[in-house]
Amino acid sequence: MWKHHTKLEKHSLPLVIAILIVVSIGGIVEIAPLFWLESTVEEVEGVRPYTPLELAGRDIYIREGCYTCHSQMVRPLRDEVERYGHYSLAAESMYDHPFQWGSKRTGPDLARVGGKYSDGWHKDHLVDPRSVVPESVMPPYAFLAEKALDYRDIQDKIRAMTKVGVPYTQDMIDSAKDDLETQADPFAAASKFQARYGGKVIQRDFDGEPDRLSEMDALIAYLQMLGTLVDFSTYEAKAPENRR
Amino acid sequence: MSKREPDEVTGVETTGHEWDGIRELDNPLPRWWLYMFWAGIVVAAVYWVLMPAWPGVRSYTQGVLGQSDRADVVVALNDLKTLRGAQAARLKTASLEEIERDPELQAYAQAVGQSVFGDNCATCHGTGGVGAKGYANLRDDVWLWGGSLEDIHHTIEVGIRSDHPQTRFSQMPAFGRDQMLSAAEVSDLTEYVVALSGRPANAAAVRRAAPVYQTQCVACHGPTGTGDQKQGAPNLTDQEWLYGSTRADIHAQIWNGRGGVMPSWKARFDPETLKALAVYIHANAGGQ
Repeated sequence: MWKHHTKLEKHSLPLVIAILIVVSIGGIVEIAPLFWLESTVEEVEGVRPYTPLELAGRDIYIREGCYTCHSQMVRPLRDEVERYGHYSLAAESMYDHPFQWGSKRTGPDLARVGGKYSDGWHKDHLVDPRSVVPESVMPPYAFLAEKALDYRDIQDKIRAMTKVGVPYTQDMIDSAKDDLETQADPFAAASKFQARYGGKVIQRDFDGEPDRLSEMDALIAYLQMLGTLVDFSTYEAKAPENRR
Repeated sequence: MSKREPDEVTGVETTGHEWDGIRELDNPLPRWWLYMFWAGIVVAAVYWVLMPAWPGVRSYTQGVLGQSDRADVVVALNDLKTLRGAQAARLKTASLEEIERDPELQAYAQAVGQSVFGDNCATCHGTGGVGAKGYANLRDDVWLWGGSLEDIHHTIEVGIRSDHPQTRFSQMPAFGRDQMLSAAEVSDLTEYVVALSGRPANAAAVRRAAPVYQTQCVACHGPTGTGDQKQGAPNLTDQEWLYGSTRADIHAQIWNGRGGVMPSWKARFDPETLKALAVYIHANAGGQ
């Protein structure tokens, strides 16, 4: 039986094919089932698709490479839960394309940063991190406050999200520009925006410059909603379907 | 080339390969290595039975041990409570005053408070709570919303201009930006506020500003400028300035009427931690 092994070892193409088959077993067993197992994503209350402004902020977050230093995943470990709050659920990143989990932290985890600091702090910190955290090694992002947010293609971005399974409605796509402007304007009529994205959406002037819709507005809007969607009062940590 | 023959020196059969006169002994694998290999396979099979392992069509094999990281962390957090001992348990039931009266419990609360402060509050209020422009100094004896233990505890709980329904709230008008006062009146008021804090100021401007102050500012800052902690209105007669003490700073504040936001921490911390934080901040400042 072992003699046949030499046939593979002496022919490069069959060897390559055999290697690919063996290596792909790991992926087939560990990754592929996540797409069909019913327990992959928990059923929880409150998770909704990103609003247009938050989505624009998320794109800035990715463009600036924030993920290279900040993860967005609180692991179910004692010290992480003590520091950051409830461990992250799969449901909390089910509309993330791509996800921002990360495995390296130069800065702190941001999965639960929403609501932890004021908008003013976020602006101060992004403009000059060392003005509020002297020991920080984060680079400054002052230009975000100066740069007007370009959202001409926001409808296309949302349409692209629907292609990968995010349940935006046609109504949400059609009114994306209005919704984006509404969220950054505390005096805009909110009822339709809230009807689409829920009553908990934050609507205010995020960067402290009411006359301007900047990239800072979008990024802070995104940061301030991170980890705030799930209603943990209805989450049963010990329920069999939530065990991992 | 591929002739398997015994090696003359060791007597072991060669593989039959030869490169430039170098041949290779065909020794069997070391036994210990081979047994480890087989043992590894056996361990894997046992692991599949004990632990969550194989995916199925709708679910996956749970394993007979019922291991779950999420269940484990709940246990670990409960163990932590036990580890923190009797003092932690007392923190739960003791009132703020009882904590301050009991030196042992107070020391414990301060240790907890210090650690939580470093992780959560120092980001804005600075290391040790020394504050910065726009972020209140928590080490002095000047308080916007009251410096009693009860006041501090309440401020942490509901926040300031936060999204908590009972948040502490006040809003200084943007007298200049919203054109409630003329540019000249704002400049005069700046001199008036400088004078209130006991510094030399333009006497004519102070005289002109006095009636404006009495109509626009007294409701919150009081007739003599000593402020009102019920409304978070700062005392203008002391030497502490949240947004800076220079004429330019004071002018900018009257013009724009800034007010900071502090989040509510009620949802983030359990009641014991909230109490410990209040005790820590109260003890480390010139409390009231």
